[in-house]
Amino acid sequence: MSISLIAVLGATLTIATPLVFGALGAILGERAGVLNLGIEGTMYAGAFVGFLVTDKGGSVWVGLGAAVASGATAGALMALLTVTIGVNQHVAGIGTTLALVAACDYANRVLYSTGTQVRVPKFSRLLDDVDIVGQYLLTWIALLVVGPLAWWVLRSTGAGMRLRAVGENPEAADVAGISVVATRYVALIMGGVLMATGGAFLTLALLGSFTIDIVSGRGWVCIALVIFGRWGVWTTLAGALLFGAADALQLQLAITPEFGDVPNELLIAVPYLVVIAALVIWGRGIRYPGAYLRPYRRA
Amino acid sequence: MGFVGGGRDSGWRASAAAAVAIVLTFAITAGPIRGAGANPLTAYRRYLVTPLTSAFSVQEVLLAATPLLFTGLAVAIAFRAGYFNIGAEGQFLAGAIGATVPGLHLADLSAWLALPVALASGAVAGLLWAFLPAWLKRVAGIDEVVTTLLLNPVAVLLLQGLLNGPWRHPESGFPDSATFGPGYAMPVLVGSDRVHAGLVIAVAMIAVTGVVMVFTPLGLRLRAAGQSPDAARFSGIAVARLQWTSALVSGAVAGIAGASQVLGVQHQLTGSIAVGYGYTGIVVATLGALSAGGVLVVGLLLGLIGVGSQNASLVLQIPPQMGDLVTAVLLLTVVSCLALRHYRFAGRRRAAAAEP
Repeated sequence: MSISLIAVLGATLTIATPLVFGALGAILGERAGVLNLGIEGTMYAGAFVGFLVTDKGGSVWVGLGAAVASGATAGALMALLTVTIGVNQHVAGIGTTLALVAACDYANRVLYSTGTQVRVPKFSRLLDDVDIVGQYLLTWIALLVVGPLAWWVLRSTGAGMRLRAVGENPEAADVAGISVVATRYVALIMGGVLMATGGAFLTLALLGSFTIDIVSGRGWVCIALVIFGRWGVWTTLAGALLFGAADALQLQLAITPEFGDVPNELLIAVPYLVVIAALVIWGRGIRYPGAYLRPYRRA
Repeated sequence: MGFVGGGRDSGWRASAAAAVAIVLTFAITAGPIRGAGANPLTAYRRYLVTPLTSAFSVQEVLLAATPLLFTGLAVAIAFRAGYFNIGAEGQFLAGAIGATVPGLHLADLSAWLALPVALASGAVAGLLWAFLPAWLKRVAGIDEVVTTLLLNPVAVLLLQGLLNGPWRHPESGFPDSATFGPGYAMPVLVGSDRVHAGLVIAVAMIAVTGVVMVFTPLGLRLRAAGQSPDAARFSGIAVARLQWTSALVSGAVAGIAGASQVLGVQHQLTGSIAVGYGYTGIVVATLGALSAGGVLVVGLLLGLIGVGSQNASLVLQIPPQMGDLVTAVLLLTVVSCLALRHYRFAGRRRAAAAEP
């Protein structure tokens, strides 16, 4: 049996990239007290809008910018529903996901009705011939810029402390002069931007095209990773790499002759089962953010 | 923001909220419908009126509503007890797979035995798919939202794996199972071509649930556990056990939904069954206010929109995904308007005086 360790490690970083973006986006919302189950739809919208605008506008950077804008819009919608209107967060999130997926599928059918797969320009790997380092720029941005930045902002800046205060004890934060509404809006919009960037990575870096099952539950995986990581940036990143490694390993096994008899679908399911197993092992007795799932109203 | 608590609930406010939500849904979806080159009013006539104008299409509406009545009921049972089962999709698929096992491997059973066996098998499969998240919630306090969600893509993979592997069609080689034994066809209702007994089972289960919820102590305890778990616990209700039971019953009902769909419509297992009946069940339950009557009404309404969107896609070339978009937007606008009805816009002075 020969499995290339280098290839697995390289693929791990690539596969983890959309999860890193998505999970960090989810952390921002949840640390501010809002669980954003719109993540699956927001990643889907980022993937589709990035693809669409790249196709019509001709540049991946324009496409990425449009995906970012779609994520900000999705985050603002989620904030409108949960912060301003005070809808139940589970319902608002699932509804947002259903609406975004349906809207993208609808637009896809209206604009690309021919049925032939449309290919768009895509990002290329840096240093294509070096296995582990030869990643997409967005992968390094996720791991070396966005991750550390999110950790630093949440831990050491005034903005991060206000965000955490709003998520732990909004009443006290309000008394201290912090705007709960504005803080949650910013957190959800920034979170949406990160989620949509993760989705755009799928179309604009990995695939160079769009298919209707492109996100296939990665958003839900991100939500699980955040719980697994107990809302910490580094632990959540570790979870994303764990999922990436499981997925990279199953991809390698799928092309290894000794595993030729194992159904492909079973292998694809392994990373999801790994995440559930990780939750079982490390997910007990978790302390959630103080204001998790609670809309804030001045008494 | 400019809202303060208004407190009292009244019937006309809820009705007004629903009316505003419907107008908003129309306004939001009109643009995309125009984008497909159709007139929104014509399109909505197709969605809401055309399916009711012929006996044939009314039957199609009932057929389309059948799985939604089941999944809506399944979700409502769990949500009522405060257990957020968002995995009805996976449990539905597990139920379809469960019913397929006897359908293929005990193909010679006679009808009076075959259907109960297949439905029971579907119920057990749905229950098993719901078991792990419910068990993790009970013994380790792990959030059921995440675990039920994660098992949905796993169920899709299980379905695909079975269809590409052991259950691949023996003659055509396509990833569809063989046709079930002759005893496994759900009886068709009198006077109809395709509406099957699944509809009767769904309506009966909704009726039973409604009676239990409204008239029995169990229903009262369930509602208490869902609405105010702390108060329920204080008054001696075993909240965790109630949630555990509702979670498993919810999974079993979703499983029966999947079984009813393969036994009543497809008569074989195909990948086309994974079109989101479980997720739509969340919409049905929420819009139906988690009540039995509400599930019945909303399930039929979404069945109507489903048939109408197929019709509009044939006649007006509006992609059928508009039906899903209308459904999702309706969910968001209704829950928003219902939440807002408790608030009134406040002038500066009144805001200061308003009580919570």
